[in-house]
Amino acid sequence: MSQLTADGRRAVSFILNGKAETAFAEPRMLLSDFLRQVMGHTELHVSCEHGVCGACTIQIDGRPARSCLAFAVQVEGQRVDTVQSLAGPQGGLNDIQLAFRKHHGLQCGYCTPGILMSVSAFLKVNPDPGEQEVREMLSGHLCRCTGYVGMVRAVLEVAKGRLTREASQSA
Amino acid sequence: MKPSQFDYIRASGLEEAVESLARHGEGARVLAGGQSLVAMMNFRLIQPKVLIDISGIKALSYIRLERGCIEVGASTTQAVLMAWPELASVAPLLAQALPHVGHFQTRSRGTVCGSVAHSDPSSELPLCLATLGGSVVLRSTHGTREVAAKDFQVGLMATARRPDEIVAAVRFPVRQPGTGYAFHEMAERHGDLAVCAVAARVSEAGVRLGVGGVADKPSVREWAGLTEDGIDAALNEFAWDLEASDDIHGSAMYRRQLVRRLGRRAILEAKACRN
Repeated sequence: MSQLTADGRRAVSFILNGKAETAFAEPRMLLSDFLRQVMGHTELHVSCEHGVCGACTIQIDGRPARSCLAFAVQVEGQRVDTVQSLAGPQGGLNDIQLAFRKHHGLQCGYCTPGILMSVSAFLKVNPDPGEQEVREMLSGHLCRCTGYVGMVRAVLEVAKGRLTREASQSA
Repeated sequence: MKPSQFDYIRASGLEEAVESLARHGEGARVLAGGQSLVAMMNFRLIQPKVLIDISGIKALSYIRLERGCIEVGASTTQAVLMAWPELASVAPLLAQALPHVGHFQTRSRGTVCGSVAHSDPSSELPLCLATLGGSVVLRSTHGTREVAAKDFQVGLMATARRPDEIVAAVRFPVRQPGTGYAFHEMAERHGDLAVCAVAARVSEAGVRLGVGGVADKPSVREWAGLTEDGIDAALNEFAWDLEASDDIHGSAMYRRQLVRRLGRRAILEAKACRN
């Protein structure tokens, strides 16, 4: 058992986008604030701060998570990925990001980092989703400008593209 | 807003968690998935002095079949239960209800026991537990006790849990032969809390219907020998007895209408899939 007192800042060691990091946080610091304000990762966007809008969605140990509903001290020893983790080694956009651009899956882009992290986690557990499943997954996000039609198309195209590539590789 | 200050305890086992609760009493809260608790802390609706984090206790993340029940451990997430391969055959009601519990992004952290402990009147899992006649396993330094669902939730986010007790597991009765199950809900957005949710269990012996989102806790009613012609009258009486009230999500009249319509749909569907 470990106990951290309220006013003390403690070291949190974790893997952020593939890189080992250690930084300090007091227990009450939300993971979203920690990543933005302490780690400088402002690609993570914060909106409602009570788990409804989905803007701050990231991945913890590969699973989607609202970073406003977790505390920084909880990710000790865990893997945290923001939208930056999607970039390839040369820093280019990945297939999900390219498909979102192609299908107008974003407009102002504020909700996009969270949605991309959901989609990336979703396709790992459901590589061949139907449209209804994609819509249900996206229901965990609020987008107030571009709408969801382009996003649905993008996700379905990425899934199909990945399955086709896999089939041709194993053939 | 941001949470107020608290001490954070990462428990490495159930014993430790229970001892910490005994030591800190009412000022302490158990943190499992945090999908309701942290939101309430962000609003400062609650300001616990101590948080006891049980999310990392691997031994509490389990699903097992025992004595005719599916027992789900305290740190088992909703996503893990939903992905359990036997769910649809062993507990069809849960299989139908879980997709309505929060979102893909919250089920990955939110726990089954956490939903039951939180006992929101609009929440799906407490409704399933009440409709199936399940139970809650409570653990403290004084020992373990099992409380029937109907005695556990006593009102709006109020339960029979004592401050030094932790919800160690919940137990859902498994599917019975010759029994059909169905779940329906109306929410503003798929995955949001229900404006009205219904869970039906239909067997030779009769119809059992649970309603959530209308009264201050899940309400369950049973009818023996309910004919198809009698459903509407029975549901109308049930709907009025729930004493629905108006709120920002819907009027009392709308809720009563949902009880009648969703209730009928669920009963007929459950009846049709009896086997």
